[in-house]
Amino acid sequence: MEMQDKVIKLVSEATKMDAANISTNTSFVDDLNLDSLDMVELMMKMEDEFGVEIPEDETENLKSVGDVVSYLKSKTN
Amino acid sequence: MTKLNRVAVTGMGAICGLGNSLKEVWENALAGKSGISKIERVNTENWAVNFAGEVKNFKLDDKLMDPKDQDRFDMFNQFGLHAGAEAIEMSGIMNSDYKKEKIGIIFGTGLGGFPHIEANITAMNDKGPRRVSPFFIPSVIPNMAPGLMAIHYGFKGINFSIASACASSAHAIGAAATEIMLGRQDAMITGGTEAVITGSPIAGFSNMKALSKRNDDPSKASRPYDTGRDGFVMGEGAGILVLENYEKAKARGAKIYAEVVGFGASDDAHHITAPHPEGSGAMICMEQALELAGLKPEDIGYINAHGTSTPLGDVAETEAIKKVFGKHAYDLRVSSTKSMTGHLLGAAGGLESIFCIMALDTGILPPTINLENQDPACDLNYVPNKPEKRDIKYALNNSFGFGGTNSSTIFKKVF
Repeated sequence: MEMQDKVIKLVSEATKMDAANISTNTSFVDDLNLDSLDMVELMMKMEDEFGVEIPEDETENLKSVGDVVSYLKSKTN
Repeated sequence: MTKLNRVAVTGMGAICGLGNSLKEVWENALAGKSGISKIERVNTENWAVNFAGEVKNFKLDDKLMDPKDQDRFDMFNQFGLHAGAEAIEMSGIMNSDYKKEKIGIIFGTGLGGFPHIEANITAMNDKGPRRVSPFFIPSVIPNMAPGLMAIHYGFKGINFSIASACASSAHAIGAAATEIMLGRQDAMITGGTEAVITGSPIAGFSNMKALSKRNDDPSKASRPYDTGRDGFVMGEGAGILVLENYEKAKARGAKIYAEVVGFGASDDAHHITAPHPEGSGAMICMEQALELAGLKPEDIGYINAHGTSTPLGDVAETEAIKKVFGKHAYDLRVSSTKSMTGHLLGAAGGLESIFCIMALDTGILPPTINLENQDPACDLNYVPNKPEKRDIKYALNNSFGFGGTNSSTIFKKVF
């Protein structure tokens, strides 16, 4: 599975939102209504899945699904 | 002091091994069914005890909790919301004109969110502290069930949980009734919720030799007053009441199922877990409850006993009942519905208060099942194996807990 698809799958599982409605443009706050605790939990799932550590101050810059995909790609390449 | 307000019961909600609604639980109790079975929700490999009064086929209504929160919030929260919603619906208080700040919630929870406590400790040990969930603390703290309910319904009155082990929800009902008696609240959602069918609590109770080990025959394991009893059976679930200022409930045309007329609370001051052998603390709280209600012992027609099916506890409570009620102890009826539900720990008093109220409302007493060879030291009429039709005016519920804590609540039939 492509990294983008894996990220979308994890976001879908965590938010119970249909994966078909999630794209790289989806905003965590504006579209998915996630708060700061939701984001901490979601980033934990990403860290587990991809074996990387996402520092807290980095999380603040990850506003959309696409931001996460780009960040993870930069760390796992 | 001003005159105390009367307290009406206008709603009830129940969930336990006997069923997921008041109707199911009551019908199965009158049918003398056992709600005890092999544990299915978690893997019990290597456990000394692998059965319980486990709730089956439970899924919280998505209207009560966002689906994404349902994995996060420990099960005791969800049982509380589920039974609370049933009680609130039955009462009709959402259609009343009570101000939201005059509706409060006091629940009892003995242990809190053990399943999530275990999972987060495991995550921390296996993967480090960064893997402890940000929802860990809100998921497990004992007052989150009333907190979630207040958020859902907008009730802004008094809100907390009481922890007094297996007497928690009985104490909660006493505290909630007091709020109404004093006029501080018009309506209270109260009772208790518990869900700790998970490895460490089962091991802890088992290693202190409190649990029945009848793994080969779970439905026969909870057998209060029987010579073959060998400990209590863990249960889970919730029993929630809606209490209201009696006159206000009457004025708005609510159906009143019973009245809370007495409450007593005491401590054995004897041992951390064993009851006082002569039930001295239990006597004190039953007498207090009678005094507050202004009743004579002869007025009580039915006692829903603490009756956990432990060798010591059943005898001590029987002794206390005989001392308080004298000759009348042999005339009134006593039953332990834990024979069917198992021991709901902090939720026991809530569920068993519901059994008292249903007994008053319907004139049918729920039985003690599995009573085959009655212990000579337990020589009262325990409504053995079959329900009994009997019109009673007052019912008393006993709930006792580790730490020697005791409580008794008296409900009155409404004519």
